[in-house]
Amino acid sequence: MAADQGDPNHQDPNRRDFIHIAAGAAAVGAGAMAVWPLVNSMNPAADTLALSTIEFDLTKVQEGQQVVIKWQGKPVFVRYRTPAEIERARADDRAGLKDPQADADRVKPGHQQYLVVIGSCTHLGCVPTFGAGDFGGWFCPCHGSHYDTSGRIRKGPAPINLVVPTYEYVSDTRVKIG
Amino acid sequence: MSDHESTYVPKTGVEKWLDSRLPIVRFGADYMALPTPKNLNYWWTFGGILALCLVVQIATGVILAMHYVPNTELAFASVERIMRDVNGGDLIRYTHANGASMFFVAVYLHMLRGLYYGSYKAPREMIWIVGCVIFFLMIATAFLGYVLPWGQMSFWGAEVITNLIGAIPVVGEPILIWLRGGPAIDNATLNRFFSLHYLLPFVIAGCVVLHLWALHHAGQNNPVGILIPKDRMAKDTVPFHPYFTVKDGFAIILFLILFALFVFFMPNALGHADNYIPANPLQTPAHIVPEWYMLPFYAILRAIPDKFGGVVAMFGAIGVLFILPWLDTSKVRSMRYRPAMRTFFVIFVLVGLGLGWCGAQLPDAPVIPGMPSFTLFDGALNSYLWLTRLLTAYYFLFFLVLMPIVGLRETPRPIPATISEPVLPGPDVAPHSPEQKG
Repeated sequence: MAADQGDPNHQDPNRRDFIHIAAGAAAVGAGAMAVWPLVNSMNPAADTLALSTIEFDLTKVQEGQQVVIKWQGKPVFVRYRTPAEIERARADDRAGLKDPQADADRVKPGHQQYLVVIGSCTHLGCVPTFGAGDFGGWFCPCHGSHYDTSGRIRKGPAPINLVVPTYEYVSDTRVKIG
Repeated sequence: MSDHESTYVPKTGVEKWLDSRLPIVRFGADYMALPTPKNLNYWWTFGGILALCLVVQIATGVILAMHYVPNTELAFASVERIMRDVNGGDLIRYTHANGASMFFVAVYLHMLRGLYYGSYKAPREMIWIVGCVIFFLMIATAFLGYVLPWGQMSFWGAEVITNLIGAIPVVGEPILIWLRGGPAIDNATLNRFFSLHYLLPFVIAGCVVLHLWALHHAGQNNPVGILIPKDRMAKDTVPFHPYFTVKDGFAIILFLILFALFVFFMPNALGHADNYIPANPLQTPAHIVPEWYMLPFYAILRAIPDKFGGVVAMFGAIGVLFILPWLDTSKVRSMRYRPAMRTFFVIFVLVGLGLGWCGAQLPDAPVIPGMPSFTLFDGALNSYLWLTRLLTAYYFLFFLVLMPIVGLRETPRPIPATISEPVLPGPDVAPHSPEQKG
């Protein structure tokens, strides 16, 4: 830089550097602002988000039966549990769970017979089948995760329990999921 | 070889006019005249075969896209329409589907060629790295394409693979929703997968240009693995055309016979029957497996008991290839002269095949049925789970431990001074070289 001092076209290097950095930063910033709408357009669209709640009539489920409903493109299990299943789930509350959670925290008070869980294995999203597995609940055929009668992970690669979606009882026999 | 001088002489007035404005004919002529090591064997023909594969996939793919409808309601039916009603549609689709498999057969052999003959070593690191990028893009493209018919395997393959991204702590879930365009795999997902499946082959084509640029700048490796000295150029190289256009052409014909065998006589042999069942988001097939060319990586994913750990291991299995040029400490390129490493290489190939086999099995199934076993940590010792873990361990050991250590400790066999020596033994070469492989 010192050699530039005698140059008639000499400009202060600090000033030139500043212009370079400022122009570069402006270009990067403008580029990012131009790209953001493109990236953001890939997020869920308004009509997709509009499908976010669903109501379900619980009288359609018999005791010991499970109904699979589609919510946000995912299966939701609504299971009318038998007293034996509830008993088994409660007995296992302190059974060294991988993702500890009491059975009572996974159902609504007074409606402990109805278990509502998202029917996607928390490992990689396959749909577990009821009645298989070692714990009386669900078994995922893809990579061998076992869930108990409360939908809690007991064995296999899945990291957490079957997810209980946000839902509420709008009447004694109707639930609103979402 | 980069300093190879142009021998092209424009003859007609039009050629002279064009040559001083856009020397594209000169570029092609120089390419054809490129000095190429005269000892390249048939393992070197896979580059040309792969170029053909890419052309076949793009050509058939562009046509298929004219008939295919990327909509969850219509995709499956539109593929069936291609198979039944579109003129020659079944042939085009079978060529495209089996073409993907053929592409991977060729790319795996091409990569093993590079591994065996040390084609990744200086000064060719960038050829190898760009090649790894191409391989990764190929896997992504193949996965995206497999989703498009919207069969059961398409849907659940997409479900499982996108969920891998959800395994990333903290940011995984928002990225997953962004990638799918909704809370679950749905129409938005199919649409963008179609868009990207159309885009990525052209990105691959761009990378192929870089791959060839780097190749012709650094010069081709050869089975002996030595750099050809300047004064030996005239003796040890031949022009690419006609010598290697003919050799590549012959290999391409053999390859196309294999390709045709699949397309015409067993077009579904490499596919899965469940993908002829329309996608059902509420029911997972009993046994889901990826396409055969992803099985080794799928096996590595399942070998790790932790969800995120499995994802890291699977991507690590591909990622480790990128740093291979710096893991190999040997000064000798070709494993012809590295007997110890050659043994480990053969084991590596068998391990890769073994991982592929394991990836297709149920993890809990016994490897040897009926053999008594015991439970080690989280699975029976006599199960594919533990076999997969053993093979996964070797896969990583090969790159991370054997490559650096063997290179420092082995005693390589004497390397010939020129590539002509092993073929035409002179007076100063051992007359009975045990190395006879071509």
